[in-house]
Amino acid sequence: MSEPLTLDIKDLRLAFKNWSGTTEVLHGIDLKIAQSERVALVGESGSGKSVTSRIVLGTMQDVRTARVTGQVAFEGTDLSALTSSDRRALRGRDISMIFQDPSSALNPVFRIGELFQEVLKRRDPKVTKAEARKRAAKILHEVSIEDPDRVLDSYSFQLSGGMNQRVMIAMALINKPRLLLADEPGTALDVTVQAQTLTLMRDLVEQQGTSVLFISHNLGVVREFADRIYVIYQGRIVEHGATKALFDAPKHPYTRALLSAIPRLTGGGVPDIAERSPDFDAPFIDHAEVR
Amino acid sequence: MPEPILSLQAVTKEFRVGKSTVTAVDNVTLDVAEGECLAIVGESGSGKSTIANMILGLFPATKGQISYQGNELPAKRTLEHRSQIQLVQQNPLSALNPRRSVGASLRLALDVHNHGTPSERPAMVAALLEEVGLDPALASRAPSGMSGGQRQRIAIARALACQSRIVVLDEPTSALDVLVQARVLRLLNELRAKRNLTYLFITHDLSVVRNIADRVAVFQRGKLVELAATEALFENPTNSYTRTLISAVPVVSQPEIALRDKLAAGAT
Repeated sequence: MSEPLTLDIKDLRLAFKNWSGTTEVLHGIDLKIAQSERVALVGESGSGKSVTSRIVLGTMQDVRTARVTGQVAFEGTDLSALTSSDRRALRGRDISMIFQDPSSALNPVFRIGELFQEVLKRRDPKVTKAEARKRAAKILHEVSIEDPDRVLDSYSFQLSGGMNQRVMIAMALINKPRLLLADEPGTALDVTVQAQTLTLMRDLVEQQGTSVLFISHNLGVVREFADRIYVIYQGRIVEHGATKALFDAPKHPYTRALLSAIPRLTGGGVPDIAERSPDFDAPFIDHAEVR
Repeated sequence: MPEPILSLQAVTKEFRVGKSTVTAVDNVTLDVAEGECLAIVGESGSGKSTIANMILGLFPATKGQISYQGNELPAKRTLEHRSQIQLVQQNPLSALNPRRSVGASLRLALDVHNHGTPSERPAMVAALLEEVGLDPALASRAPSGMSGGQRQRIAIARALACQSRIVVLDEPTSALDVLVQARVLRLLNELRAKRNLTYLFITHDLSVVRNIADRVAVFQRGKLVELAATEALFENPTNSYTRTLISAVPVVSQPEIALRDKLAAGAT
């Protein structure tokens, strides 16, 4: 391959040290994201999807009890070879993140305009106030915010959840990051607003050529967004494939259960599926036609 | 239609915000039949939780009246009213006392509502746990030592402990994983059939509504904009807002995509 993958995770393991020894929560994750590719990581709570994103973001490595092994390479550089401050420099500049609940992710004591300036300083420490405001207004306009000036002068608690979500998306993308981590974006919002923000996010990352790691527990949400999907169950990837292949012919018992557990808009009653099954521990299945 | 168990007559709720007045619920008239599951859907701010709170008696209506089994409910509810109309909230972790074992939480409901004699109550707690599909041995656990699905089952058991007739379910499964959600929804269905319960199911997840509700009430900015049997609502919604809501649902299968596209074509 000519240029390095945006993200290349190999045999990633994470364990937490506790009073009785160590507990391993990720048992060797392999995951790849090419440039401007949108990849989803889908699994239930406790499956390890959020900690994976924290490792990519480089914050998990600073947790005292966490033991991270394996390789996480961002554009060819192994994150573990970097110092803590080098990893910090990547955050908000080349790797950015969108959180689940926009209202609690934005600092309530600063105006949105001031937050944007902080973010822009990560890329260009000498950015002026006027310049920052101009660029912030422009990107807010791109996420369909009608009057950016009012928003920039507001505090996050003065805006609706949908508005805050758009501000988050704009803020995460204003520095044109190489990789965007989206942890359940919009699950705290109404369905109509969620659908809207996902479309906005897709348009913007397409335009900027950003790679995305989209984390979700709902296969329905990622269907229209992702090119490829990894399904994670209890710290292991159990199935991987192109979105269409995975939806058309899910092969792993866990993926099948996940898919059939979603109540259908066309009716048919609540599906009868076990919460746990020994079948879910079946080995990893890769849809071969992917690569 | 037989005598409705719950009836809302021209109910309006206004809140004073500073010097202006916000109408959260605007002239809503609605009958709920005994044993039915009525879904209340709408976006945030549509007034669906305000309606639930008025039915529960947490605050009175500004205008209009709410009747239970043909009698108007007083602003200050008696213990009997409170035990017959119960609530299950979205987040069981904040609804259950973290310092109390779940068995003690259930026991407290029995004590407050004075069901059974004190010597019978431990057995009643065990029976409730079994009824919601949990091991009675879990009674000594704290809520923090349980999974999300188990906690929500406890919250349901507590609502049942009061011999409730109507259960207001406020987004009971939206914080749960899909596999767990399916189990809890099935449990709710079983309990309703067994105990002839009436559900007011508040949610914004229309794919859940399709599979659990008998009728659907759609709210927009405090107004009831559409009320129809579930089948009819999904096959042919008359209101454009309802169409918009349905077409925004994330779906996974081909028939669903076809239905959604059909409805979206009719929405403006």
